[in-house]
Amino acid sequence: MSTLSERILGAPAGEYVDRKVDRAYVHDGTGVLTLEAWKRMGSRGLCDPSCLSVIFDHIVPANNSTTATLQHELREFATGSFLQFSDIGGGICHQCMSEGVVLPGEVVVGADSHSCTLGAFGAFATGVGATDMAAIWLTGETWFRVPESIGIHLDGTLTGAAEAKDVALSYVSRLGMDGGSYHALEFIGKGTRNLTMDERLVLCNLAVETGAKAGIFYADRVTTEYLARYDRSAGQQVQEPCEYVQELEIDLAGIEPLVAVPPRVDTTKPVHDLAGIPVDQVFVGTCTNGRYSDLARFARIVRGKKVAVRTIVVPASREVLGEAARTGVLADIIAAGCTIGTPGCGPCLGAHMGVLGEGEVCLSTANRNFKNRMGIGGDIYLASVATAAATALEGEITEPGVP
Amino acid sequence: MRGAGHAVCLGTDIDTDVIIAGRYLRTKDRSIWAAHVFEDLDPALAPRLSGAVIVAGRNFGCGSSREQAAIGLKESGVVAVVAPSFARIFFRNAINIGLPLIEADPGCLDGTTVRFDLESGWVESGGKRSPVRPLSPRMLDILRAGGLVEYWKVKQ
Ligand code: SF4
Repeated sequence: MSTLSERILGAPAGEYVDRKVDRAYVHDGTGVLTLEAWKRMGSRGLCDPSCLSVIFDHIVPANNSTTATLQHELREFATGSFLQFSDIGGGICHQCMSEGVVLPGEVVVGADSHSCTLGAFGAFATGVGATDMAAIWLTGETWFRVPESIGIHLDGTLTGAAEAKDVALSYVSRLGMDGGSYHALEFIGKGTRNLTMDERLVLCNLAVETGAKAGIFYADRVTTEYLARYDRSAGQQVQEPCEYVQELEIDLAGIEPLVAVPPRVDTTKPVHDLAGIPVDQVFVGTCTNGRYSDLARFARIVRGKKVAVRTIVVPASREVLGEAARTGVLADIIAAGCTIGTPGCGPCLGAHMGVLGEGEVCLSTANRNFKNRMGIGGDIYLASVATAAATALEGEITEPGVP
Repeated sequence: MRGAGHAVCLGTDIDTDVIIAGRYLRTKDRSIWAAHVFEDLDPALAPRLSGAVIVAGRNFGCGSSREQAAIGLKESGVVAVVAPSFARIFFRNAINIGLPLIEADPGCLDGTTVRFDLESGWVESGGKRSPVRPLSPRMLDILRAGGLVEYWKVKQ
């Protein structure tokens, strides 16, 4: 009997396989190097442009003329080669691929480490670098070592102010920053039924912070109903009994709001242990927590109040921004004194808008708090949306109230 | 594939953000990555990398998929990186751009000579030989070709 990764890749763990890739995508950062490597391989055509996407999200709109020139070249190529192209403001690559594109059972490869996010659909989704991606553009295939899997059993339901993000931080701290290296994390157990697609995307998003190759959920009714909203139909995947190299039990009801302390994602503390630490900036967004449900949650908490520190909110995609505008969520966020950024990665990677200064502290809903990631000498605490909202209102790390 | 160089010792969980910071990514000029490699970890490191074999702790290259991290090391003259384990995207990237990676735990003394032979599967540090986890035949082919670009140039 096989794990879901073994089923999708068609071989037992440990074997090397060549697999056709169903979807492959790059962003404005990795796309530049991919295009270069593809040209150096001889520019001998593209496998199937309809499966290839170029999505501008990392530095959008361009911050200076060097970036603009690099983006111009990639844009010209993408539009001229009939790839799927999403220009500035369309959203973060992983989010765009989650809006009715990726289907259960697919092999998905992105030139970005958080491509594991898309395992939420029951796809085998993983990140590669630019040169690997260039070879995929050329041949439509790549090699994989079929990973062993770690089973993460979820039980129960989230309670109080806890969010999927807190569950994610909790498993990262239990496994450690290399505890999942070369493995796939399979999220299983009765508790998975109680998680929405947005919550599954959060859990798969942080898989790479343990070094894992993939995070994966079995496609079920929640998956098919979500895809139906985009007029996509898909089958469900039934779990077979299988061997895990390690198993982890998580009782969702026992999860409390957590914060990852800089500079490591696996060093977490309960929010109340850190309460009172002053912050200079709060950032809500990214491929972890920039979805509509996140913005709506944030708006519910700050509605009718004013934030006490500079607060940047960046929707993960144009679709998210549009929905937030339609429902009034955006108006509430703006009225609370927050700054809205162009859909995309925003300040997450420290390359433009929202960069931290020396000695500044940011509480962010992102997935990485490495040294200097958001600016030289800045410290990043990672937390949930509710913790970010409570912290924004007080100007210091604050435990979220029960909604 | 054989090689040798002076040891530069590093710790565990060296992430790609500290190998090359996000602020230096928007360029195609490889010399910029070589000039700023490890800048946020220790600015004195870059000048010591020419002809070096980096000997690091577990999980080298974790974090972002940026290939500039591997390219920056190669461009600054690093001969190979030795570590008990590597983050998997960094692992593929390094092989793909022709930078040998050696999965082993030989211990490290700054400045001493480290030798390795990937085909025979050993690494020698401070005169002591340690076994190396073997690369797959395809990875060795890619390394011998000088990277994936060269590999495909020949193959197609
Ligand atoms: S939001 Fe942050 S973590 Fe996600 S893809 Fe963008 S830069 Fe990477």
